[in-house]
Amino acid sequence: MSTYLGMPTAPPGVGHLRGTQPFDIAARRALGNSQLRRNLANATSTIRARRAAVVGELPDWEALREAGRAIKAETMAHLDRYLEQLEEQVTARGGTVHWARDAIEANRLVTGLVTDAGAREVVKSKSITTDEIGLNEALAAAGITAHETDLAELIVQLGHDRPSHILVPAIHRNRAEIRDIFLREMPGADPGLTDAPADLTAAARTHLRQRFLAARVGISGANFAVAETGTLGVVESEGNGRMCLTLPETLITVMGIEKVIPRWQDLEVFLQLLPRSSTGERMNPYTTLWTGVTPGDGPQRFHLVLLDNGRTAALADQVGRQALHCIRCSACLNVCPVYERTGGHAYGSVYPGPIGAVLSPQLTGVEENASLPYASSLCGACYQACPVKIDIPSLLVHLRARHVEERRQRRVPSPESVTMAAAAWVMASPGRYAAAQRAGQAGRVLGRDGRIRRLPPPLSAWTSARDAPVPPPETFRDWWRRERGTAQ
Amino acid sequence: MTARDEVLGRIRGALGGTGAAPGAIPRDYRSAAGMGPAEVLDRLSERLRDYGCRVYRVTAGEVPGTVAAALAERGARRVVVPPGLEPRWLPSPPPGTEFITDDGLSPAALDSLDGVITGAALAIAETGTIVLDAGPGQGRRVLSLIPDYHLCLLRAGQVAGLVPEAIARLRPGQPLTWISGPSATADIELSRVEGVHGPRTLDVILVADA
Repeated sequence: MSTYLGMPTAPPGVGHLRGTQPFDIAARRALGNSQLRRNLANATSTIRARRAAVVGELPDWEALREAGRAIKAETMAHLDRYLEQLEEQVTARGGTVHWARDAIEANRLVTGLVTDAGAREVVKSKSITTDEIGLNEALAAAGITAHETDLAELIVQLGHDRPSHILVPAIHRNRAEIRDIFLREMPGADPGLTDAPADLTAAARTHLRQRFLAARVGISGANFAVAETGTLGVVESEGNGRMCLTLPETLITVMGIEKVIPRWQDLEVFLQLLPRSSTGERMNPYTTLWTGVTPGDGPQRFHLVLLDNGRTAALADQVGRQALHCIRCSACLNVCPVYERTGGHAYGSVYPGPIGAVLSPQLTGVEENASLPYASSLCGACYQACPVKIDIPSLLVHLRARHVEERRQRRVPSPESVTMAAAAWVMASPGRYAAAQRAGQAGRVLGRDGRIRRLPPPLSAWTSARDAPVPPPETFRDWWRRERGTAQ
Repeated sequence: MTARDEVLGRIRGALGGTGAAPGAIPRDYRSAAGMGPAEVLDRLSERLRDYGCRVYRVTAGEVPGTVAAALAERGARRVVVPPGLEPRWLPSPPPGTEFITDDGLSPAALDSLDGVITGAALAIAETGTIVLDAGPGQGRRVLSLIPDYHLCLLRAGQVAGLVPEAIARLRPGQPLTWISGPSATADIELSRVEGVHGPRTLDVILVADA
């Protein structure tokens, strides 16, 4: 358990990996919002049905999942080598590779590159990694305006809001809310704008068109980077990604170090797994694959920023490192009974849902996101949906154990550890155990109809949401002795 | 220490002594569709129509007439053409229609045009995908991005069955654009809307092998 202690985690005070409240408190507030719950239930059930249809169409889906899992495991085992190869290939093809230890360094690097290009505005295609590091805030502090161009990211940005889903960041908003945001925040929006999705989309197209055509610097994330060839890949639907990747003179791509894949051939696996798991399409409308700089076509300056920001801390945990296999499809969010009810904001991180509950605590250190590994019923639906077979339930249990283990190092024991120590002492001796059971039978006076509706504190925390069963009139061991006449 | 050395050092420290590397990658998925040539073309047409594209299946001799008809149907009058597009595929411009060969048109100039005609590097039947690799007759990536109408000409021999067949045929160094239907979004209540920033309309002319 000691190997990962030395690895620096994502620094606090920058970016969006930590919520201001523990999950259980934030979730309670979210559950009180019936509009949010309706929006989420509609959206997640729609996308679950779409995914199921296109996944069911492939006879070799399980073989693809297994290949995806194996490629990611192999990548992690040789991550240093593949990153060096990627750097070499990108550089040979005219790109420049930068390395960033954390969010602060990445933000400084990107801000410097934008300033060097002489730009005061940038267009951004959707990138959770740049949300993770709080890049827009860092650019704003340097006087640079970042225009989000993905429709959902634009809705989030104009609504002064936070993303709540990996694929559909504005999933928590319905059409009427989006119309209100556009009318309020979009300069020159037509007051007659309806809330039909087609009209809202057309308004976004008009709003962004001139910004694209005038953009000098584009910023993107990356879905894949092929070490063997130096090829970067972005999958998308709207064409805003293509605009950002091809129109500006300068392209800056910010990528977590875990996104590298070893070989060109590996794309054939992920380009099948990702769209079907993510949007539930046979293929997403647009995929751009580019290698360095191509004279006369697209940006003539290309910068690739490779970001750690706690990823090596996750890598150091031999069990936890599986979370780095994630290809950000969001299938686990859509099948999660907890996510479906609370939405993404309750997780406090740009990585919500089951994968966020195992990724965010590893990036920040478990103690700084200690409530997240408990934000699950361990039902296992996420594991079944994951296109690269990340065993999220086992990771959740592992991180709960790490959390308990790390708290044990503290001076003042927690109520939980005191209770567990007492239980261990009781259960270590048959006599003490029998005495405790008999003492428990005193609880029968609290019950009616076989149920206890209210227990005194601190046990009231249990009965605030559910009944407790009344202890039985005799224990199993008493029954056995009475029926069989012996304690054996 | 540079950030590069430090991050690589952290990775090596994190991996240190974690034992044997994982074995070979099991690639037990399909690498070929096992469909006959006619079946592959039918599958591609079906998938493209699912995306709302119009698919014209024609012989080589019918291409110019079909191009003229498709442009008329979609009301595309000023159309950009990349250098290297097979000249015998283009009709002589009908009255009021203009073909403009790309010689480095600015984004603003492209924005004033109605459509683009391109060839392709290949297509993938199973996913209804067209792949452009910026080769002759395909042009710069922006050509198939900014104009609102994209008419794509495909030869039957360019159609692969599955994604792995396409990956094996493509050249990695070229800038690649994979196109599966028109630009679309589902960002508002997961309801699909076509035509966001890329072309709102994509049609395909599938040319039988001579």
